[in-house]
Amino acid sequence: MSEITQEKKDELKAFIAECSQKQYPDSYLIAVLHKVQGMFGYLPREVMDQVADMMQIPTAHIWGVATFYHYFNLKPIGKHTISVCLGTACYVKGAAEILDAIKRELGIQVGQTTEDMLFTLQEARCLGACGIAPVIMIDDKIYGELDAKKVIALINQYRKGVQVA
Amino acid sequence: MEKLITIYINGREYKVEPNQTIMQAADKLGFHIPRLCYHPKLSIEGACRVCIVEVEGAKSYVASCAYPVNEGMKIHTNTQELRRARRDIVELLVDNHPMDCHTCERDGNCELQRLAASMGIRARHFEGERKQYGVDVSGDSVIRNPDKCILCGRCVRMCSEIQQVHNLTQAHRGFNTVVMPAYNMPMAESVCTACGQCINVCPTAAFLEKNYTQDLFEKLNDPNLIKVAQFAPSVRAAIGEAFGLEPGSNMEGQLVAALRKLGFDYVFDTQFSADLTIMEEATEFLERVQNKGKLPMITSCSSAWMKCLEQFYPDLIDNVSTCKSPMSMQSAVTKTYFAQKLGVDPKKILSVAAMCCTAKKYEAARPELNVEGMRATDIVVTTREIAWMIKSAGIDFLNLKPEEQDHPLGMSSGAGVIFGTTGGVMEAAIRTAYELYTGQTLVDIEVEDLRGLKGVKEGKVLMDGQEIRVAVAHGLGNACKLLDTVRKDPGRYHFIEIMGCPGGCVGGGGQPYAGVNSIPLDEGALRKRAQALYDEDRSKTIRRSHDNPDIQKLYKEFLQRPGSHVAHELLHTHYKQKFPKGIVPKSSLQ
Repeated sequence: MSEITQEKKDELKAFIAECSQKQYPDSYLIAVLHKVQGMFGYLPREVMDQVADMMQIPTAHIWGVATFYHYFNLKPIGKHTISVCLGTACYVKGAAEILDAIKRELGIQVGQTTEDMLFTLQEARCLGACGIAPVIMIDDKIYGELDAKKVIALINQYRKGVQVA
Repeated sequence: MEKLITIYINGREYKVEPNQTIMQAADKLGFHIPRLCYHPKLSIEGACRVCIVEVEGAKSYVASCAYPVNEGMKIHTNTQELRRARRDIVELLVDNHPMDCHTCERDGNCELQRLAASMGIRARHFEGERKQYGVDVSGDSVIRNPDKCILCGRCVRMCSEIQQVHNLTQAHRGFNTVVMPAYNMPMAESVCTACGQCINVCPTAAFLEKNYTQDLFEKLNDPNLIKVAQFAPSVRAAIGEAFGLEPGSNMEGQLVAALRKLGFDYVFDTQFSADLTIMEEATEFLERVQNKGKLPMITSCSSAWMKCLEQFYPDLIDNVSTCKSPMSMQSAVTKTYFAQKLGVDPKKILSVAAMCCTAKKYEAARPELNVEGMRATDIVVTTREIAWMIKSAGIDFLNLKPEEQDHPLGMSSGAGVIFGTTGGVMEAAIRTAYELYTGQTLVDIEVEDLRGLKGVKEGKVLMDGQEIRVAVAHGLGNACKLLDTVRKDPGRYHFIEIMGCPGGCVGGGGQPYAGVNSIPLDEGALRKRAQALYDEDRSKTIRRSHDNPDIQKLYKEFLQRPGSHVAHELLHTHYKQKFPKGIVPKSSLQ
C-alpha cells in the first residue's frame, strides 16, 4: 500500500488539480492530506514535498498541519489498524485490560506499529457501539463484547489472514 | 476622516477613531497594555493573552491586540482582578521556562524577564513541566533552542510574512507544540537563509546566533597571530544602543579604539571594501550594458539574499553580480595584498569581521570563498557579540577617545558608508557607474528616490541619454515581490539592489536587541541608524568610491584594474542552485 508509484502520483495530481479550481484552493490542504493518507496509509515526506510543490504551499506549513492532527500518520502503518475504544462505556466494561493485553501481545505501545508491519495500535474515543461494549475496531470492522482472551484470539485470526465476520 | 467614537478607558471618556483595536487606541492615549506575541509589523496572533483587558458586557477578558473598539465601549486595563489574571498568564509561561536566567545569553535583555518583572511576579506558585527538546546547533549562523520557546509565534510570522522564507512552523499541538523547520530538520539542512530576524523578534533565547566570542578571545591572546579586524557600516550606527545610547549614534571612532584595546593589531573597515565592491560591480554592470550581457544585474552583497537566491530563484543566478560581498573582498585582500605588504605568511593572519549580520557567519564558511586554500574570513561576530566582548573586557566604550582606521584597507568614501542601509549600494554604484560611463562627474549624488523604508523603491538615471532603470528591495519578502516582477518582465529594470533584512544591514539579524522602551525592528530606530550613515557620507570630502586614494593605490599596486584577472580570482565568485528540503516551491520554474 505504501509504495509511491507513478500511477498514485498521477492520481494525486489530478485530485489537486480539481481542488485548485475551487474557491480558496489552499483550504483544501487537509482534504489533500486525507487523500494522501488514503492512498499511502501515511504521509510520506516525498509526497508532502510534492503536495507543497503542486499546491504552492510552503512545506513547513504542511508539516504544521500534518503534525497538528493526530489522524495523520507520519510513519508507515501496519496492514491492519487496531483501534481500542476507551470511551466511557467501554472503559467501565474493561477496555483498559483489553488495551493492555493487546500491547503485551504485540509488544508495542499506542501509536506504534509491529515490526512485521502487520498491526498498528491506536486509541479511539467511542466508536458508537456502546451496546456491545467493550469494542475494538480492526480496519473498518467492529468487534464487541470482548475480553482479554477473546481479543488475543481475534488478533491470531488476523495473523493467519482470516477475517472474522 | 471617519466620525470619531466615544470609548471609556478606566472610567475616563475618550474620542477615538473607529476601525482600530483596543490596543491601538490605548497606545495613542498613553495606556501601554502589556503584550508579548503582538508586533506591529506582523499579523495578529492573539496567542499569548498577555494583553487582555476587561470590556464591560463581554463574557470574558478580551485580547486587546485583536479586539476592535466600538461606540460606547467601557474598557478597564488595570483592575485588580485583571492584573491577577495577567500575572497568572505570564507566571504560567515562566513556569514552563528553564530556570537558568543567570546563565542565559539574553539575561538582562529578555522580554519575558521584563514582562515578569512588570507583572510583579515575585514568587512561583506552580512548578510547571519543562521542555526538553535539546538545542539545534547544526547551522553556521542561527541556533534554535525550543526549550526556551514560549510559543509566541513571532519568529514564525517574521520568517513567513516579512521574509517569506517559510522555514519555521509550529508543529504538533498544545503543550507539545514546537517551533521547527519542516520535518523537524536541523537548521543547517533547512531553507533557513540565516538572516537572523527570528533572533531579533524572539522575546527569549529560543533563537540565538552561533556565538564565537570565546573562540575570538582565545585567538586574540595568541601572540603568534596577526589580528586583523574589519567592521561593517551598520555596526557603528547601532552598537551604541547596546551601551544605552539612542539609535543613530555613530560610534565609528570609539569602535576602532575598542577593537584595538581588545587586541587587534590592525583595524580596517568593511567600508573600504564596499568601495572596492563598487569598483568591481559598477564595472561589471557597465560591461553587461555595453556587451548586452544578462540584465537586470542584481547585487550580491547580502548573504541571506544569496542563500535565498540559490534556493528560490535559481533561474536568476546569472543575473546576480559575481562580486563577493564587501566582507569577503576585504578578507581576500587582507590575506593576499596586505600579507604581501607585511611580508608574512597569510596563514598567520587572523581575519575577523564584526558584522550587523548573522548570515555572514554562514557566508564566511562557504568553501568557494576560500583564498589560496584557506578561509578568507576566520571569525564573524555580530554587533551584539562585539558589544558583549567590549563590556566583558572592561573597556569604557562610551568614554573612549575616537581613533582612526589603519591604512591601507581602512579608508572609505561616503559611498562605502551608505552600503549599510537599503538603497545605499545602488546609490554608491550610481555615483561611480555614471562617471565611468559618461566620463563626467555626477553632481547631484544623493538619490532621494532610493532612500527610506518603502519596501520596493524605483529610480531612473540618465547616462549619456540612456535611461537606466533601477530598483531596490529590502527584506526578503519585498525582494520576492520585486523578483516575481522581474520574472514576468525581465526588461523592466537594468540594475537591482537587494538586501535581505528589513531596512537593509542597519536592521540586520545581528544588531543589538530592542531595549526596555523599544520594539525589535522599530522603523524609527532603523531610520535613525540609516541617518547616521547618511550624515557620515555627507561629512566626507570623498564621496565616490573611485576617488578613494587607497582604492586607487590597491589597483595600482596589486589588482591592476577593475575586472582584471587578479580581481576576478580574488573578488568574484559563482552561485549554484541549492536543494534543501522544505523549500518554498516556485511553480514558475517548471
